[in-house]
Amino acid sequence: MPSLPVEGEPAPVDGSLPPASADAFGQRPLSFYVHVPYCASRCGYCDFNTYTAAELGASASQSGYAAQAVAEVRLARQVLGDREVPLSTVFFGGGTPTLLPAQDLARMLGAIRDEFGLAADAEVTTEANPDSVTPESLELLRAAGFTRISFGMQSVATHVLAVLERTHTPGRAIEAIRDARAAGFAHVNVDLIYATPGETRDDFARSLDAAISSGADHVSAYSLIVEEGTRLAGKVRRGDIADVEDDVAADRYVQADEAFTAAGMHWYEVSNWAQPNGECRHNLAYWRSDDWWGIGPGAHSHIAGTRWWNVRHPSAYGDRINAGLSPAQAREILTKDQQRDEQILLGIRLREGLEAGTLSATQLSVVDAAMGDGLVHGDWAASGRVTLTQKGRLLADRLAIDLLS
Amino acid sequence: MANSSAPKPGSTDPSVIRNFCIIAHIDHGKSTLADRMLQITGVVDSRQMRAQYLDRMDIERERGITIKSQAVRLPFTADDGVTYILNLIDTPGHVDFTYEVSRSLAACEGAILLVDAAQGIEAQTLANLYLALENDLQVIPVLNKIDLPAAQPEKYAAELAHIIGCDPADVLKVSAKTGVGVGELLNEVVKLIPAPIGNADAPARAMIFDSVYDTYRGVVTYVRVIDGQLSTRERIAMMSTGATHELLEVGVISPEPVPSAALGVGEVGYLITGVKDVRQSRVGDTVTSSLRGATEALGGYRDPKPMVFSGLYPLDGSDYPLLRDALDKLKLNDAALVYEPETSVALGFGFRCGFLGLLHLEIVRERLEREFNLDLISTAPNVVYRVTMDDRSELIVTNPSEFPSGKIAEVNEPIVRATILAPSEYVGAIMELCQTRRGALMGMDYLSEDRVELRYTLPLAEIVFDFFDALKSKTRGYASLDYEPIGEQASDLVKVDILLHGDAVDAFSAIVHKDKAYAYGVHMAGKLKDLIPRQQFEVPIQAAIGARVIARESIRAIRKDVLAKCYGGDISRKRKLLEKQKEGKKRMKMVGRVEVPQEAFIAALSTDESPAKPK
Repeated sequence: MPSLPVEGEPAPVDGSLPPASADAFGQRPLSFYVHVPYCASRCGYCDFNTYTAAELGASASQSGYAAQAVAEVRLARQVLGDREVPLSTVFFGGGTPTLLPAQDLARMLGAIRDEFGLAADAEVTTEANPDSVTPESLELLRAAGFTRISFGMQSVATHVLAVLERTHTPGRAIEAIRDARAAGFAHVNVDLIYATPGETRDDFARSLDAAISSGADHVSAYSLIVEEGTRLAGKVRRGDIADVEDDVAADRYVQADEAFTAAGMHWYEVSNWAQPNGECRHNLAYWRSDDWWGIGPGAHSHIAGTRWWNVRHPSAYGDRINAGLSPAQAREILTKDQQRDEQILLGIRLREGLEAGTLSATQLSVVDAAMGDGLVHGDWAASGRVTLTQKGRLLADRLAIDLLS
Repeated sequence: MANSSAPKPGSTDPSVIRNFCIIAHIDHGKSTLADRMLQITGVVDSRQMRAQYLDRMDIERERGITIKSQAVRLPFTADDGVTYILNLIDTPGHVDFTYEVSRSLAACEGAILLVDAAQGIEAQTLANLYLALENDLQVIPVLNKIDLPAAQPEKYAAELAHIIGCDPADVLKVSAKTGVGVGELLNEVVKLIPAPIGNADAPARAMIFDSVYDTYRGVVTYVRVIDGQLSTRERIAMMSTGATHELLEVGVISPEPVPSAALGVGEVGYLITGVKDVRQSRVGDTVTSSLRGATEALGGYRDPKPMVFSGLYPLDGSDYPLLRDALDKLKLNDAALVYEPETSVALGFGFRCGFLGLLHLEIVRERLEREFNLDLISTAPNVVYRVTMDDRSELIVTNPSEFPSGKIAEVNEPIVRATILAPSEYVGAIMELCQTRRGALMGMDYLSEDRVELRYTLPLAEIVFDFFDALKSKTRGYASLDYEPIGEQASDLVKVDILLHGDAVDAFSAIVHKDKAYAYGVHMAGKLKDLIPRQQFEVPIQAAIGARVIARESIRAIRKDVLAKCYGGDISRKRKLLEKQKEGKKRMKMVGRVEVPQEAFIAALSTDESPAKPK
């Protein structure tokens, strides 16, 4: 979860939804996200809402976290009422979920299953640090119902990992993926980061090879973002490390897209590639503006046009939960236009694209111009869907601005 | 008024009148000296004393310059026991207002040449001194600030004596700040400056040396009576136009306006007719009686002629009507300001404005921004060109975008005579600068051992283009500059257009000498390359003379503009960011398909080419 706060209106202490959203809830599939705000150490580029044991001290213990999360799951049941909406996906992210004992993860997932029920083919993912899993813990997670695991590999070049301040050795991620496959995970993702200052084209080619041959059926590849307030941003500002160059990032993107495509992994979102049926359904839920409830400090939720986000600090979160209150810090009730804008800015990032029939005449003229510039596939009028070319994916935000209402 | 037995306006014997002005560089203490004179003559007591009483406008006060002159009547009982009437006529202190200065000088019989004893004479003072000598004024050389530790009175007395051809011992030494020597100076004024001479029985003739718009009174006109008498309630005529007005009020300034029955020969005062526009009361014009008036005007009247033009555009297009109203108001008090509506593809609706010079431009712009709360973009200033076509037809070009293409026989540009004073060690650097600015050396004199006066003719266009900044930087700020228009010359001039993605951007077109076209093109193209954000497509920037491209840069197409991650917790922030960017995009100006931020125009039109700020 990115850490920058967003402005909103106060959220009710009982967590209740505005009537319009409460009524509309249930029309879209429902997912759960569980945030685990702990890491063994903080990576230099990371601005996520996560804390090391040293940062938290005694005020918010990891051992008590599962109980708090379970309490919020119960609150969610109260707020959403007893409508039958079996969950199609659950995602544990962080932080480092696997820093908690597998039993804790199992307990939280169990609470979600007990309160809401999981669909028969539900996708249940956890993020994991290669350093924080063992064959045994992976077995336990499988047994608890996790079906998918996502590892942060980032790079196989030691000097790149050093710039990112990642603690694992290049080979460790490969071993962890092999162990996960052996434990029976049907879907495995690896994260890559590219365009890190100092990373060469060859460095990245080796990382791509490693990811493709690792046995993962899904890769997320992100251009390094120098986020305000991170140690990395400080180093860039002082000139210790060069800034990320957009043109280099564009080159690397093309390199990645070509390598994955050649390996039978197709893009389905700007930064995500998968083998057939390997797409992450949980993330698709975000991009299709479905409903989801986010558990944990700083987590965002979205239910039928209302979005809220929880207080950020684990001890503030714990205080709210222990007092029987909603941990929501603030919320926004999206107007129809805002909902439409979000559908456009998210949908345009997907391989399935936007439905041409839902666009206004003005927006279609933007699409037409974008086609002329080679950003949009030429068959949109015939296919009825506006989809981005490789060049267009790299300029998706620019196009989204032109398409906003 | 302090001195009740002093002669009254309208019945003052010319023999006791002394009309004089102070010629000085800014910071050399003119205003302080004037203040001291007001105090010594008892016109203002120290309690009322507002520092630098005579400079009225805030901008003038801040910049330490006097734009609008005034005249103050000082009764003074001299050492001989006689009470004299001293009229101190304040002169505008800047190069753009040479004509106004010349009219103020024409209203005087003498001048105090006031020079800082620690700095010596400056170019502009020297230019005004020459004007005074041309007008046959009695000049009294005075060194000020002799109380300063850095003062070198002997050195600069010798310099002044050398320039005006007197004995160094004749140079008075005062401290306007402490008052030392100011009483003696006033006695010298009485002794040395001739009394005015005129014919009291002739038809009235008075010269206008200033006119100022006042919100409550309308136009207040400052005059010096040469012949006859102007009385309140009589009808007067302006000799340049023949327009007649009723004299609602005449009076003198002492230092607040004091109405009187009349103004007689040699007297200096104001008149009010109720007109609302200073154009109806022009500097240099002759006022006479409407009945049995004079038939021959006093010499020297000239229409104000704008020398420098610039486009003024509101940053926010919806402010255009406000800008128009503001210019209409400023015009009431500024006979030299001219403007007409203009449209720029890049900048929208605005006005092409004509000014006497760069300072005038800057003052107008600053007043528009400050007094009328407008945010403006001004295009690079340019001079007026006279273009003769092959078919002998003639065209006056005040805007580079109107410069004709092809079939041009000759282009004439205004030239000036420039005077530069500087320590002699900088002579080489100055000559080099003037040479690159197409200057021709007309003469060079040593004012003293280590100070040199250089005289050049230069195209005005070269001065308008950051000359003063360059001069200052090459001489570590020690050089001073003055110039006056002396005519025009035929030059090898071309228009350089700047094209963005094939479309000419009118605001960046410039008329430059053929030899400098390339440098201008390279400079502008390079600058724009850095200022214009990358677009979805490659944008060539070309500098061209007609169809011939002389310089080229290109802005590479942007390849990546997408946030790598956009998950559940990112969506709200992302939407808000895009909404904001969408708003920002609306403020972009479109040049063809190229989006140019307004800031890029501002930066391209200003920065290192900021107009010279003569000091």
